[in-house]
Amino acid sequence: MSRTARLLLFGVGGIGFGVVLVYGLSGLPAFGHYEGVYGNVIDGVGVTLRHGTDLVTALNFDIRGFDTLGEEFILFASVLGVVLILRQMRGERERPARQEADEHTLAGASEALRALSLAMIPAILAIGVYIVVHGQLTPGGGFQGGVILAAGPLAVFLAGRYLRMKIVAPQTLIEIGDAAGAMGYALIGVAGLALAGAFLKDFLPLGAVGHLLSGGQMDLASAAVGLEVSGAFLVAFSEFLDQALVVSGEQG
Amino acid sequence: MTLLQIAALASVAIAGGAVVAASDPLRQTLVLSVYGMALVMLFFVFQAPDVALSEIVVSTVGLPVMILLALRKVQEHERERENGEDES
Repeated sequence: MSRTARLLLFGVGGIGFGVVLVYGLSGLPAFGHYEGVYGNVIDGVGVTLRHGTDLVTALNFDIRGFDTLGEEFILFASVLGVVLILRQMRGERERPARQEADEHTLAGASEALRALSLAMIPAILAIGVYIVVHGQLTPGGGFQGGVILAAGPLAVFLAGRYLRMKIVAPQTLIEIGDAAGAMGYALIGVAGLALAGAFLKDFLPLGAVGHLLSGGQMDLASAAVGLEVSGAFLVAFSEFLDQALVVSGEQG
Repeated sequence: MTLLQIAALASVAIAGGAVVAASDPLRQTLVLSVYGMALVMLFFVFQAPDVALSEIVVSTVGLPVMILLALRKVQEHERERENGEDES
């Protein structure tokens, strides 16, 4: 396609898009004037009914817990896809272990980067666990805490120690974590079915509002999702790292 | 709309434009993570801290790392192909 034709196509498309966009935006409610009903209802009854002060978590893990089950398995299935596509193919082989394999070859990590990464690891892990267990109290929860936890071993890699990362987070362990988290969430649902009469219905005491162990099953669900998400991200990271650093093609 | 929210929206617009304008994929990845940080600020000042927390790690660490690793793999492939042609 010539340059003129492309510009013409962009012009027509751009004008059309602009018209539709402006028309659509003009129909929106004024800034800050939420007109939905659902949000206000949850705001009104969420704390008294569910004993959780972060209503986003109350929605995710209790009121609309079934949606989260689906989302969790979307993540699980997509990570399975990554593992399947990036598995070691015929004709590929792992590079022979070299003496510098421990110090990865991406770039010489400077001493400052190395020290900073190592110093960050405990802080990252502490924040991750804090966010997972305080899901029903403050913003955060299983997903947010899970991705932060997954960043911990990644900092080991940043510090220039790829193979150390494998020791900190061995493949089998993170795969088991991923699967156990996904299964755990489903099992919480089944426990609700068995003990409370409906799938994912709260079967634990709600506790006092604002306490660490409150909100019934939200804590458990948050922990299960945290485990699953951190496992899933680490499996994906280490598959990518393997591809880039360890596996090589036929020419090798 | 507060001044803070306007500033956050503007920084997202500028950073988004910068991602498109960066031509070298390697630099683009780094600009992308800056864009992610601008998004985090946006979510935070618009009172969505839950989304901001996920976005911090996903867009400033997770996504750039995966793109960088993929870029490295592509470069390695190209180098191997060149070497192969030299030998034949």
